[in-house]
Amino acid sequence: MQNITNFLSHFFVTGDPMIYGADASIALASIGIVVVLTYFKKWKWLWDEWLTSVDHKRIGIMYIIAALLMLFRGGVDALMMRTQLALPNMHFLNAEHYNQVFTTHGTIMIIFVAMPFIFGLMNIAVPLQIGARDVAFPFLNALSFWLFFFGAMLFNLSFVIGGSPDAGWSSYAPFAGAELNPGVGQNYYLIGVQISGIGSLATGINFLVTILKMRAPGMTLFKMPMFTWSILITSVIVIFAFPAFTVALALMTIDRLFGAHFFTIAAGGSPMLWANLFWFWGHPEVYIVLLPVFGIFSEVIATFAHKTLFGYVVMVWSMIAISFLSFITWLHHFFTMGNTAPVNAFFSISTMLIAIPTGVKIFNWLFTLNRGRIEFTTPMLWALAFIPNFTIGGVTGVMLAMAPADYQYHNSYFLVAHFHSTLIAGTVFGIFCGLHYWWPKMFGYLLNEKLGKWSFWVFMISFNICFMPMYFLGLMGMTRRMYTYPAGLGWGPINFIITIGAFGMGLGFIIMALNIVWSAIHGKKDTTGDPWDGRTLEWSTASPAPEYNFAHIPTVSTRDAFEAMKEEKREGRTKPQLPFKPIHMPNNSGIPFIMGGFMFVAGFGFVFEWFWMGIPGLLGVVACMIARSFVYNDHHHIPADEIERIERAAGRLS
Amino acid sequence: MMKTFKMKGLAALVPLLVLLTGCSDKIAVLNPQGPVAREQYHLIVWSLIMMSLVLAIVLIIFIYVLVRFGRKNNKGYDPNNTGNRKLEIIWLIVPVVICILLAVPTVRTLYALNDPPKATAKAPASLHSNAMTIDVTSVDWKWLFRYPGQNIETVNYVVIPAGIPVNFRLHAYDAMNAFWVPELGGQQYTMTDMSMHLWLQADKPGTYAGRSSNYSGQGFADMTFNVLAKSASDFDSWVSDVKKNQPALTMNKYMQLLKPDNVKPMTFSSYPKELEKNLNKAQMEGKQTGKSTDNSMPGMNMSGNNGKGGYNP
Ligand code: HEM
Ligand SMILES: [Cu+2]
Repeated sequence: MQNITNFLSHFFVTGDPMIYGADASIALASIGIVVVLTYFKKWKWLWDEWLTSVDHKRIGIMYIIAALLMLFRGGVDALMMRTQLALPNMHFLNAEHYNQVFTTHGTIMIIFVAMPFIFGLMNIAVPLQIGARDVAFPFLNALSFWLFFFGAMLFNLSFVIGGSPDAGWSSYAPFAGAELNPGVGQNYYLIGVQISGIGSLATGINFLVTILKMRAPGMTLFKMPMFTWSILITSVIVIFAFPAFTVALALMTIDRLFGAHFFTIAAGGSPMLWANLFWFWGHPEVYIVLLPVFGIFSEVIATFAHKTLFGYVVMVWSMIAISFLSFITWLHHFFTMGNTAPVNAFFSISTMLIAIPTGVKIFNWLFTLNRGRIEFTTPMLWALAFIPNFTIGGVTGVMLAMAPADYQYHNSYFLVAHFHSTLIAGTVFGIFCGLHYWWPKMFGYLLNEKLGKWSFWVFMISFNICFMPMYFLGLMGMTRRMYTYPAGLGWGPINFIITIGAFGMGLGFIIMALNIVWSAIHGKKDTTGDPWDGRTLEWSTASPAPEYNFAHIPTVSTRDAFEAMKEEKREGRTKPQLPFKPIHMPNNSGIPFIMGGFMFVAGFGFVFEWFWMGIPGLLGVVACMIARSFVYNDHHHIPADEIERIERAAGRLS
Repeated sequence: MMKTFKMKGLAALVPLLVLLTGCSDKIAVLNPQGPVAREQYHLIVWSLIMMSLVLAIVLIIFIYVLVRFGRKNNKGYDPNNTGNRKLEIIWLIVPVVICILLAVPTVRTLYALNDPPKATAKAPASLHSNAMTIDVTSVDWKWLFRYPGQNIETVNYVVIPAGIPVNFRLHAYDAMNAFWVPELGGQQYTMTDMSMHLWLQADKPGTYAGRSSNYSGQGFADMTFNVLAKSASDFDSWVSDVKKNQPALTMNKYMQLLKPDNVKPMTFSSYPKELEKNLNKAQMEGKQTGKSTDNSMPGMNMSGNNGKGGYNP
């Protein structure tokens, strides 16, 4: 008996009211979901329409829902940190908790918010933008999603079972090794992130092939929409960067589970090797979450300036240059790790060089606005706010790139301010921008503009209140990852302002959530499929797009293909209506979900070093692969009269 | 709406001005108290000027296009304005020039920081030379300072002569930390598998706050120390006072210090000879169990001082 209670009190995280609160709310939410689904008899609907779906639009929506939930969790983490730091010597969180909270905050925000949100938006928009019926490998696409999902669930479970990781999102060795960091927390990090990382790599391959092979006839590479370009380049970065991370995570897992010493010096391993591998992935990673939003801003700015994008070809080459440079700058994350002057000089300069293509892009956006007819919709506000706010993040990035100056900024709040200026003003503004922009395409109605603008202004202003003072705090000597600080250093008032800003951002997010709920009930219907007077092909089909996306695959002759089609129509040159032909579509499959579930079981087993659980879990994964290889009937045809019925119902036959 | 954008632009410039004047002594990095920090400060100010310029250009164009083309029926609307070779070349060249203007002083400073700063005061008698060497070891969650020349050991504070270049040789016993005294100069990591060094020098006698700037676990936030810079004569009398009045560091006491916790500042008049090697945790355990740890990595010593202050365990 004693044994059992002992085990349970280690298994479940105990002794903290916040944890019990989390336990209770997780239990309540789960029961609530089960009850609602059962009451409305929705289980079958959930399984048939969503969990087994291989439709890129459904998968995109699931990505976004999951990412929004994770954003909520990461945001709560942020507010807990800011509450603890609001005043000197606070006792809201102790050191142990604070360390866990910044670790989960950073990891969740990057791996489980920024990436999946972008994956969600690209799932929704890319096939539509290139006039395709789905991605190249729809089954793999569903598998990617479920790997991400179960990886995220595993990571989040650490909060209530076993304890959270606390080595920072960068998990530097030797601190993250078994000796200095015993317990299961760090295992959760390694395995949870690994599982979702496999999914990310598969997504990279999937979208690379999709964009290269499945474009509508006539759409040459240099006629693709800018968002599609950004995803093409991002996919290449994913494919080159993720393997390094996969290997690093695997090696550290071997270190921790089997007593190896790749990253601890005991048997000749090297902590610095971890830093190199991590940032060889980590720096490209920031462009993985940045280039796609550059693409989104390009679409939105062109749409609402009612102009073609300025300097299209230069924009593309700038992104290609950035993607190349992103692989030769990783060392700027550890200028202070004893490199010789020539090494630091090389990486200082390579980092500064990134500012050139980025600057070129900023000017191209500004000159897209120039001579435009600017319309201040909510997505446009997010895109416009990006320009000055992100520029601040960019110029401070150049300051950090100057190695001798970085000796003074490194690991201080100056750095925290810098990367939030890019991650929030870039990535977060971008995903909110894309969310509002493509929402009608996803659901067939628009988000409310008034609430949208309120959430924008509250969030954007609070963001500045929160993060601008941090630059000063860093110069005053406050380092990142400090759970508290003494009075008398002059840090108190600044920290208090920062905390006010953080809660303001929370408020902005709540207004956005309200907007989603309100608009679900009262939102204006989008009957035309083209609510913004869009320029690219996703606006040429109905909102929400039918399962097969396009009844007829469009033919493309210019950039801004849909704008050209509308132009033709205005000039009275309409094409004759072609007869419908049956459309070939992939079948739904439960295997990705089940395989993700087995991964989760395996991952949980390995976290606790319960091999009796981990190994059968992995066998389950293999069994799913075998099962899949025996599925011969994996597609169906939508008959022509069914297509006609759907098109008529959407009001697209006249 | 337009007004808010404009005001934001102005508001962004105000803190920059405050920064440039750097008047507050609370802002440690902008209040350099030694040649190394000053060198870095000059670079920071230069980059701030250039970057404010960039930001200003972007903001001005941004505000201009929003005001001019944000109206419903503006005159200049031209949907076919999609490129302009000349402009594109200009905004390619301008950032290139700015990068060059920043890269040159960056590289110059990088090389300059390799060399010890010039001494500005007469060395104390107890130093026997014009420069000083101190071995720094981070141990969860405290700082050990060892004076090989004076055979003194201090914990969580360090005394240096003002106006004399000090070569801090940095090591870690367990987790990685970073040694940072913002008023005297930028940081360097302390690591278990390679030794690094950092030149610092204080202009005047005074107390300068330092702390670990790389997260290393529970006690990290309290991992602070003071650097006390003293005049030559005060330094000499501090040394002789320590020698006379402070206890010796015994092996027992040392083993206690290696346990992870935060401690108060301490002073020892000598340390055991065995400690001269600055063993890290793995080596220490290897020594106790008689197993070799094979982690002396001479190739990893990239501290760039050509072995001058170099150190290999
Ligand atoms: C409400 C908005 C946010 C607030 C108030 C906030 C606040 C903070 C704070 C105070 C820290 C520093 C903790 C410390 O070093 O002690 C931090 C770290 C971090 N944040 Fe955020 N953050 C926010 C949103 C985001 C977003 C959207 C992202 C990424 C997309 C992000 C990524 C990170 C990362 C990677 C770290 C580093 C974690 C680490 O040190 O291991 N944050 N955040
Ligand atoms: Cu980087």
